[in-house]
Amino acid sequence: MSVGLNHYLILSAILFSIGLYGALGRRNAIVVLMSIELMLNAANIALIAFSRYVASAQLAGQAFALFVIIVAAAEAVVALAIIMTVYRSRKTVEVDRINLLKW
Amino acid sequence: MPYQLTWFIFVLPVVAFAAIGLVLRPFFNHRPNWSAYATIASIGAAFVLSAWTLITVMGRPDHQLPVEPLQWLVIGGFEIRVGLLVDSLTAIMLVLVTGVSFLVQIYSQGYMKGDPGYPRYFAWMALFTANMLGLVMADNLVFMYVFWEGVGLCSYLLIGFWFHRPSAANAAKKAFLVTRLGDFGFLAGILALYATGKTFDIATLREMAVVGTLAGAGLTWAAIGIFAGAAGKSAQFPLHTWLPDAMEGPTPVSSLIHAATMVAAGVFLVARTFPLFVVSEQSLQVVAGIGAFTAIFAASMGLVANDVKRVMAYSTVSQLGYMMLALGAGGLLYHSGEGPTRELLEEAAALGISIGMFHLFNHAFFKCLLFLGSGSVNHATGTFDMRYMGGLRKFMPITTVTFVIAGLSLAGIWPLAGFWSKDEILAASFRYGGFWFYLAMASVFMTAFYVFRAIFLTFGGEYRGGDPHQHHSAHAGSQEGEHAGPHESDRLMTVPMIVLAVLSVGSGWINLTGGFSRFLGDHVEQRSVVEGLFGIFKDPLPWTALIIASLGIFLAYSMYSRKWISAEAVGRAFKPVYTILNRKYYMDEFYEGFIVKSAMLNGIFRGSQEFDRGVVDGAANGIGKGFILMGRVFRRLQTGQLQGYAVSIAIGIVAILLAFYLWH
Repeated sequence: MSVGLNHYLILSAILFSIGLYGALGRRNAIVVLMSIELMLNAANIALIAFSRYVASAQLAGQAFALFVIIVAAAEAVVALAIIMTVYRSRKTVEVDRINLLKW
Repeated sequence: MPYQLTWFIFVLPVVAFAAIGLVLRPFFNHRPNWSAYATIASIGAAFVLSAWTLITVMGRPDHQLPVEPLQWLVIGGFEIRVGLLVDSLTAIMLVLVTGVSFLVQIYSQGYMKGDPGYPRYFAWMALFTANMLGLVMADNLVFMYVFWEGVGLCSYLLIGFWFHRPSAANAAKKAFLVTRLGDFGFLAGILALYATGKTFDIATLREMAVVGTLAGAGLTWAAIGIFAGAAGKSAQFPLHTWLPDAMEGPTPVSSLIHAATMVAAGVFLVARTFPLFVVSEQSLQVVAGIGAFTAIFAASMGLVANDVKRVMAYSTVSQLGYMMLALGAGGLLYHSGEGPTRELLEEAAALGISIGMFHLFNHAFFKCLLFLGSGSVNHATGTFDMRYMGGLRKFMPITTVTFVIAGLSLAGIWPLAGFWSKDEILAASFRYGGFWFYLAMASVFMTAFYVFRAIFLTFGGEYRGGDPHQHHSAHAGSQEGEHAGPHESDRLMTVPMIVLAVLSVGSGWINLTGGFSRFLGDHVEQRSVVEGLFGIFKDPLPWTALIIASLGIFLAYSMYSRKWISAEAVGRAFKPVYTILNRKYYMDEFYEGFIVKSAMLNGIFRGSQEFDRGVVDGAANGIGKGFILMGRVFRRLQTGQLQGYAVSIAIGIVAILLAFYLWH
């Protein structure tokens, strides 16, 4: 059995679901951030799979994946910095306890 | 085409107003004199044009200038045209207004010297003069109404010129509101006339009244409405209360607006629309009755006032009452029961107009002069209260002489101006007969008494020290430095007074030959000057009036100069009368306490307030409260928990996908 498009897509979907669960269900901000990275990578896998199997002459999907990686890196920098500062002042990274501005 | 030049009589002061307001005041405020020069130059030029207009009108057989009207407003078939009605009446008013205004502006330069509002003062004076000129020239009632309100506005602005003084601000408001009450009647009258006559044009309406197209109760009510407007402006009973308070304004303002011109606008309005009144006997009765009553009513209050300007204010109200009486009685003379013919009506109108306007003309000069004299006295003593004056004849010879001349003229002493017109009024009311004649005669006595009371208190006896509270000086200019004693005013002020004194003596002589009456359309026979001057004594009536006036002067002389009769003793003997007069018949208390407070404030206004609070506010607040309650429920959804939102989004997407697949 050779590996085809569907396998990649199923992998992508599984990764995305794990990420979604993590982002919605976990309280630790670091874990939430990691889950978001998982979802981004799931999207990357889907993009590259489609690029390879559907339109192999064009490199648009692969190029797009590169952009996603860059954005993800930038996002991780900013988000981690925010989490650091929040931790310094609140001594916690539990997202449901960071609720100063909520009623 | 040269007749279009008459527009400039009105436009020139407007230009001066705009120039002062837009250029001189903002950019040349350090040269306040320029503002005065702009106003004086424009009014001087307007005076020259007015004189030319008068001469031209006199030269034309129909006594009217054909000036092409302009279109102002066209709405479908409805159009309002702006035109000038320049006839003999207008021409006389033009010369009178520009001439008196010119003299008063010159005087103002001296009176207002050093006032911080100097340019503002002259801007408003120019605007007032423009409005007044527009008012006398307007050929339709709407246009006239605009200027009518314009002079009211300027009067408000100038009474409240020293608006930092609460009394002046209140007086300005009172003047505006009380005259507005009358203006409501004027507006209603205009609309009533339009409803029946389908035109605003004054000449057409007069024609319609004379030929009988307009008639009946509708016309009577329209005429009474117009008279209500006139009564407001001319301070006739019961709307007279604003004029004495209006003396809070600068004295030249009182002189020009509240003695010579604006208050005469009411008389002018009645004269202008007089054929409408002549047709209906009831409206003439109203005019004459209110005029006669106002004449004696105001004169009686003038007997006890201590403020020299207030004495003059009551005198003005009283004299305006005379003019109204003149119009009414003159019109009634020809009124016969059986269907009056057109000729009779026109004759009656001309008679009333010529008598009323003759007194207006003479009164403008001597009353203006009396006010300027009061202003001059105020400059010297820092007060208007006659109890602190006295003996000023030694310090202010020119003011004294001119003031006495004007006083004699006002009292109606032969051969000064006031005598001639007052005599005609008395003659007309005597010939009509009845009660009014006695009221008018009693007013002659009172007039002579109060004006000479003022003269003896101000100029006779010894100086009583001027303003007792120096800090509360009535005028900014008089605060400069301490003067050793009262002194004559400077030439800017005395020269206009001298000119007006000459006019107060001689202005009545223009009708010696009957020329003034004939110019206004009344058919009196030509007389020689000598006959006019002395022929009057063939009648007993002028003798009676002269003797009564002399008695008034003599009584004032014996009470306030010789002190044969003690004024205090008289005051004590007639204490209730004195109190009523001094409290102005409690009219102010009645208006404020009863009408304003009880009827309006506690009645209508309270009711409206309750309605507003309960129904209008209730509806608005109820809707608001409903939404607040809804908001309280729905804001629970907005937790601020991002993960909660994300769960909703995820569930939503799943739901959409499921629905999508199930659909297909």
